[in-house]
Amino acid sequence: MQLEFCGLSKQFGEHQALSDVTLTIPEFQALAIIGPSGGGKTTLLRLIAGLEIPEKGHLSINSRRLEVHEEALLAHRRTVGTVFQAYNLFPHLTALENVVLPLVKVHGLSAREALDTAGALFERFQLAGHAQRRPAELSGGQQQRVAIVRAIAIKPRFLLFDEPTSALDPEMTAEVLDFIMELRGEGRDLIIVTHNMGFAREVSDQCLFIADGEVQESGHSSELFRSPHTPSLVNFLAKVLRY
Amino acid sequence: MKQLIVHRDGQPVAVAARIVSWLLVALLTAALFSFAFSRLQYGWEWDAIWQYRQKFLKGWLMTVIISAAALVGSLVIGLLTALARRSSLLPLRYSALLYVETIRGTPLLVQILILFYVVANAFGVENRYVVGIITLSLFAGAYLAEMIRSGIDSIRDSQLESARAIGLTRSQTYRYVIFPQVVRQLIPPLTGQFASIIKDSSLLSIIAVSEFTLNAQEVNAFTYSTLESYLPLAVGYLLLTLPISLISRTLERRFYFAT
Repeated sequence: MQLEFCGLSKQFGEHQALSDVTLTIPEFQALAIIGPSGGGKTTLLRLIAGLEIPEKGHLSINSRRLEVHEEALLAHRRTVGTVFQAYNLFPHLTALENVVLPLVKVHGLSAREALDTAGALFERFQLAGHAQRRPAELSGGQQQRVAIVRAIAIKPRFLLFDEPTSALDPEMTAEVLDFIMELRGEGRDLIIVTHNMGFAREVSDQCLFIADGEVQESGHSSELFRSPHTPSLVNFLAKVLRY
Repeated sequence: MKQLIVHRDGQPVAVAARIVSWLLVALLTAALFSFAFSRLQYGWEWDAIWQYRQKFLKGWLMTVIISAAALVGSLVIGLLTALARRSSLLPLRYSALLYVETIRGTPLLVQILILFYVVANAFGVENRYVVGIITLSLFAGAYLAEMIRSGIDSIRDSQLESARAIGLTRSQTYRYVIFPQVVRQLIPPLTGQFASIIKDSSLLSIIAVSEFTLNAQEVNAFTYSTLESYLPLAVGYLLLTLPISLISRTLERRFYFAT
């Protein structure tokens, strides 16, 4: 897929989360967005997800400009699979019901078709044993995997991950990252915001480094990690890779 | 004796221990009241009351009907008010706030008098039963609105985000995400509220709605048997409120899930 930002700006009260981001990212399959906390990574992902409306500028996905009125954004969100940090699932529904809900209510499948689709995915990703459990009865890693299954069940154009493992312990982190690698292996397009540099490097072909509301550096992942140009990225990598 | 002490919550309790405990409580209560009534030196005249049993029954049934109607009314009003409190239209939001605060800040007795003698009169509503049901609905509706609103507020923002992200519309989010969870939280306070409505309906006696309390007062006026008129009143209300709290506990267990 391909992305283009044109003068993209977003403000929260006094805080300028993104200022005037203009950039074309060449064809990629997996894009990693890295950078310090509060730098604007999540804001950029949320704009791509159609969850926020920019104050200024616009963005294009695969050369199609994203309209920013609520109706168009709702239609856009329905074609994208988004997974947040934690608490993606609705606590009153079982894992299976969580996946079935959008299929039936948003995408118009019959209950039968939705159950078949969801059931097949649970089988395929070794979650069948957890289908009838409520989120509170699942581990954090299992919850995130179910959330990812919900995101792919709707056959999205691409997947968005907002720090999907930052609320998990190392073992569960590996379980979820393996899952995302597997999806990449299937050829799915994805964009991921992550603090895990090793994973960012391995999963992505393109990478964005965002700090202070601006894209400081971008490029092919292997190059960007091997020889960072800007001092801010050099500093950032030195800091996060120190231990 | 040791079996009557529970050391931690959730510990299984033997049936025998339960029975003995209940008997003990009943015995103590009976002792207390027999003492109180024996000091009273009261000449009981249950015969006089028995003649009016139909009147008690009619009043009791009227209380059931009024309370049930007011429960439905208060649910509708409470739900609409809770939604209005979250409306994006400011005047609507403020009217809801004004309504809730006015009702919660004034005694029900005053509301009944004003609604019956002023408002209903002005609008030409003469049926005191209708006015009574509307007043009770408005009264309980204000409290319900706050319960529903805080229930809605307790749903984490992350869930609303998830709902948006999977493409649910605003009304679908209420229907499939918010309400099912709010309903579960609401069951205990809601049943408590229903029990309150039943008891509060007794105040409608001041506008001569012929319900349980008014009928008991009338029987007292005919027979001068005060205690014999009012004790059945207490029992009659308990017959309604006790099953409600039992049902509430059963429902609470059924809807329970960890968050």
